[in-house]
Amino acid sequence: MRNLPEINPAQSSAIKGGIGKSRKHESADKHVSGEAVYIDDRPELANQLHAAIGQSTIAHGLIKSLDLSKVREAEGVVAVITADDVPGHIDIGPVFPGDPVIAKEKVEFLGQTIFAVAATSHDLARKATKLAVVEYEELEPVLSVKKALEQENFVRPPHTQQRGDANAAIAKAAHVLEGEVQIGGQEHFYLEGQISTAEPTEDGGMTIYTSSQHPSEVQMLVAEVLGIPFNLVTVDMRRMGGGFGGKETHAAPWACVSALLARKSGQPVKLRLSRSDDMVLTGKRHPFENNYRVGFDSDGRIEGIEVTVNGNCGYSPDLSDAIVDRAMFHSDNAYYLNQARVTGNRCKTNTVSHTAFRGFGGPQGMMTIEGVMDDIARELGKDPLEVRKTNLYGTDDRNVTHYHQTVEHNLLPEIIEKLETSSNYQQRREEILEFNAANPLLKKGIALTPVKFGISFTVQHLNQAGALIHVYTDGSIQLNHGGTEMGQGLFTKVAQVVAEEFQVDVDTINVTSTRTDKVPNTSPTAASSGTDLNGKAAQNAARTIKQRFIDFACEHFNVDASQVVFADNQVTIGEKVMSFGELAQLAYTNRISLSSTGYYKTPKIHYDREKAAGRPFFYYANGAACSEVLIDTLTGEYKVTRVDILHDVGHSLNPAIDIGQIEGGFVQGMGWLTTEELMWNDQGRLLTTGPATYKIPAVADMPEVFNVELMPDEPNREATIYNSKAVGEPPFMLAISVWSALRDAVASVADYQVSPELHTPATPERVLAAVANLQKR
Amino acid sequence: MADKSIRFLLNNTVRTLTDCNPNTSILQFLRAEEKRSGTKEGCCSGDCGACTVVIAELVNGDLRYKSLNACIGLMPSLHGKQLITVEDLKDGDRLHPVQQAMVDHHGSQCGFCTPGFVMSLFALHKNFPNPDQHQTLEALAGNLCRCTGYRAILDAAKAAANHGPDQFDRNKAYTTATLQAIHADSIRELTDGEHSAFAPNTVEELASLLQQHPQARLLAGGTDLALEITQQLKQLETLIYVGNVEELQIFEETDQGFTIGAALPYSEFTPRLAAEYPDFGDMIERLGSLQIRNHGTLGGNIGNASPIGDTPPVLIALGATITLRRGQQERTIPAEDYFVDYKVTDQREHEFIRSVFIPKAKADHALKIYKISKRLDDDISAVLGVFHINVKDGVIETSDVAYGGMAAIPKRASNCEAALKGQAWNTATIENAMQALENDFSPLSDVRASADYRMQVAKNLLKKCYLELDQPQANSRVVNYFDGGFISQKGATSHA
Repeated sequence: MRNLPEINPAQSSAIKGGIGKSRKHESADKHVSGEAVYIDDRPELANQLHAAIGQSTIAHGLIKSLDLSKVREAEGVVAVITADDVPGHIDIGPVFPGDPVIAKEKVEFLGQTIFAVAATSHDLARKATKLAVVEYEELEPVLSVKKALEQENFVRPPHTQQRGDANAAIAKAAHVLEGEVQIGGQEHFYLEGQISTAEPTEDGGMTIYTSSQHPSEVQMLVAEVLGIPFNLVTVDMRRMGGGFGGKETHAAPWACVSALLARKSGQPVKLRLSRSDDMVLTGKRHPFENNYRVGFDSDGRIEGIEVTVNGNCGYSPDLSDAIVDRAMFHSDNAYYLNQARVTGNRCKTNTVSHTAFRGFGGPQGMMTIEGVMDDIARELGKDPLEVRKTNLYGTDDRNVTHYHQTVEHNLLPEIIEKLETSSNYQQRREEILEFNAANPLLKKGIALTPVKFGISFTVQHLNQAGALIHVYTDGSIQLNHGGTEMGQGLFTKVAQVVAEEFQVDVDTINVTSTRTDKVPNTSPTAASSGTDLNGKAAQNAARTIKQRFIDFACEHFNVDASQVVFADNQVTIGEKVMSFGELAQLAYTNRISLSSTGYYKTPKIHYDREKAAGRPFFYYANGAACSEVLIDTLTGEYKVTRVDILHDVGHSLNPAIDIGQIEGGFVQGMGWLTTEELMWNDQGRLLTTGPATYKIPAVADMPEVFNVELMPDEPNREATIYNSKAVGEPPFMLAISVWSALRDAVASVADYQVSPELHTPATPERVLAAVANLQKR
Repeated sequence: MADKSIRFLLNNTVRTLTDCNPNTSILQFLRAEEKRSGTKEGCCSGDCGACTVVIAELVNGDLRYKSLNACIGLMPSLHGKQLITVEDLKDGDRLHPVQQAMVDHHGSQCGFCTPGFVMSLFALHKNFPNPDQHQTLEALAGNLCRCTGYRAILDAAKAAANHGPDQFDRNKAYTTATLQAIHADSIRELTDGEHSAFAPNTVEELASLLQQHPQARLLAGGTDLALEITQQLKQLETLIYVGNVEELQIFEETDQGFTIGAALPYSEFTPRLAAEYPDFGDMIERLGSLQIRNHGTLGGNIGNASPIGDTPPVLIALGATITLRRGQQERTIPAEDYFVDYKVTDQREHEFIRSVFIPKAKADHALKIYKISKRLDDDISAVLGVFHINVKDGVIETSDVAYGGMAAIPKRASNCEAALKGQAWNTATIENAMQALENDFSPLSDVRASADYRMQVAKNLLKKCYLELDQPQANSRVVNYFDGGFISQKGATSHA
């Protein structure tokens, strides 16, 4: 049944940059010329100071004394603050308490802010921070998930989702397997580090220029630490040099500290974290240690499963409750689990508080079940793809998740079938078997894995958005909304939506910086929802103004509404044709308001967390990837040699931007699972504090053959903005195919009889160890 | 008397700089002094490429364009050169062809790394108007992008091929004449009164400056030294920049071998060395990034005496020698005698490395080099293994084996060598020699690898060397898998 509540606009539209067009990024010309202004590029304000963070040097302990006299006397230092200088709230925990803006008596991770300095230069501020004399009473730190579990040291209580009786189903099953997978964290490595500038205003408030995915939360927290009403704080956010979740909650502390220093000194203060400080002071993707016990039949069909996901949350709750929930929600990925019990633990450790990162726990949840698919296949001597297909959600039955949401419009059987053909999976599988038989040193592996990712914030109230549109009397349009631009092309897509609504060229629309004084009380740009929410809000604002135009034209020219047609930068009213600008001018002189807000909230969603049941997701985004790898059995080195992707974005608003998100997400996911290794020592000190030791994918890591296609002719069945689908996070998890392909290559060493243990990141060292483990058998 | 200024072209304007702290990086100069904010700081350690600028300099009267990490390039190194930044690429209101290609192919997302990519692409197309995939990957290996996944950027690189003359070509005569006019004549000194950098032009001047300033730090490419300033926040009091000393920039080839000046950047000598020793060439292409190799030097890699420097084990295994100079005296020592202990060398006070001599390939000798790291490009080795072996009539006549990353210094594997020499070339010998490595090394665990992995890989590399020599046609390396040519889809990257 096809049910398309939105009508797709005519594809023959003559305007430039309407929806469905591969319009360039709105800042592309400025990016390539160096003219795009990031916070650090803003001209210095008069008397502007530069700040740096004084950091705890132990992972867990009590501050017995804090002597900052040398810091205050240091060259260039103008202001020094401690927790005692915070006039308002000290706790800036975004959801639950636990994050002091400056630690007062207790430190809970190595690097935690214990004071801050403002000086006349960035380097002088950094140098001064090293002069503090601090005495601690050290406490035993918890530095592993294992220890946190033993001590039941959690930042939030455990939670369980279940359907049926998993234990009984496993007991009755013909085959039972159990296993564990350790999944490493990930540094965001946005190229632009965290930064904020605070400028005091005449009202005792602050204007904040920040690189943040959540300007409204920055506004709230700055106001709260200063102890002033929200309306005295204005946050301006034009663009980020990358976010990926790392600037959802973890941008705010630096805005708060710069505001506190600005308050103390009475001067504007810029706080820019150096790369090494950024890596030490800000949270990362949660490392997870998951385990499972699964019962299945001789076809590999799951009859019952128990999964436990253990997220390493670091020292505070931050967003971890929702992140571990999302890992639980995605413990099924694309598969019908039948009788299932999924438990999530939020482990507290004395490391930096881990935070949002593209996928928000979803990737770590999916890893378990994708590993299970491979393990079942090895146990039964089947091809892993066959086991995956056997377990896919059905279309009419076997289509209810372990949190009781019905999986509707499941495209995965079709996507997998198409990709299996286009990637030539079966023939390449045969070729790989031959290659591996003939080559003693190098081995190939291949895997085709799906993604089903739930779209919506699982915290229901965040699923709302606002926009503000002004039409000026020359017909030019200024567009503003609550979403933030971090490179994902949100501003471009939303401008395309407005261009489409008014049928004007997209370059007549200027998208301005996200500001809390333009659109208030906004949600973070996160959960892949930026376009879904803000596109709809902007569409609603545009439609309000358009309706006013139509009403005015009907009255003024005495025509019927059906005789008012917007097309090709013009408006036809009966027999009269005028430019969009002429209509705007005419409407203005007739006292018609040409400015409107727009608002949107996502329909249909509901979730009862007590019962762990409901419809947390408006819809699911789908995709699949087929990856081939080559490994060296003497060194563990490997290369991803070919990747084919087929991904579902509904009706694409901008195919070039969507493909950019898919490719970029995939490569970022590949980095997470392969070369990006975070290491802490036994004191809780992060050792990988820069790109010299933390290796994100470089250009030569991109698969040499990289075929990416959008699933054609599948508009979203839900009433999303022009029936498009969210694309920010889902492609990240397509990279699980690389991990699975690596395991496939390793398994060849023991003739595919054993499913190799391969924790991530699967560095060459881990791959070699996995090979050696199989060779020993 | 030193001339207390440096002169360079900032795009087309001659700049004379006096009263400047020589610890100032080119990035700080651009952003703080010149208010040119297009060049970004991503890491301040030369590892991400966001700050890439291009340096044009005269080589044999011709302009050469080289990418550089401005965050670790220090101001004293600019004398006599042209500094080109992303702001200079537009011609009036028109984007440069490499910029336009990046726009047309959706090569930017967040845009923060983009100016750096644009500058690397600019230099690439200046040097190779129609670059192939290999040249493109080499040019971009030092630029990290966290958003795009790189495909769009590679498409842009391809689209910008043969873009025709730009304003830099049109200005060539002016640029050349101007650079010639400001070329080094006297010793330069850049100072703010507290910190000084001297830039001598001859070896004699260098030798004499070192005797006057025994505490001075030698600055060549600065790719490691500058990290003390940017990462450890040190200020170096006295620097001697050796990049203007012509005798340290030599590359001489005789029937016996190559003499390479200590301050000659890698990118200047790699192609010739690669023709003689293909594995050496392949390895250097993975040492740092092009931005690093355009400025980093062999002298620096040796003098730095890091246990994880990539060239010293090769020099040891090839029997290279190092010529050192102090005052008027010179001495030449085997490369392996230079490295004494962790960061301790045989180099004496007032002494500097003048040149390195690498013998030519010997008949019947094989040289195998393996660089093992987490990431293929721009990554420091966990282990680097070098095998220089001659097998005659089934017997190993000579065996020079050296490793990096396995000890406090780059080191010869004497026990392993002894287990090979004079023995039959077979698996039993190799197994013995692999075992002997345990007597040569007790490696450490660190962020790059565990001790166990290092030892296992060190052993396995010898096995790999054996298999490669025994079966030269076999597929044996992941890293240059495509160069082996057994996949036919090279360059088939595609979609609409």
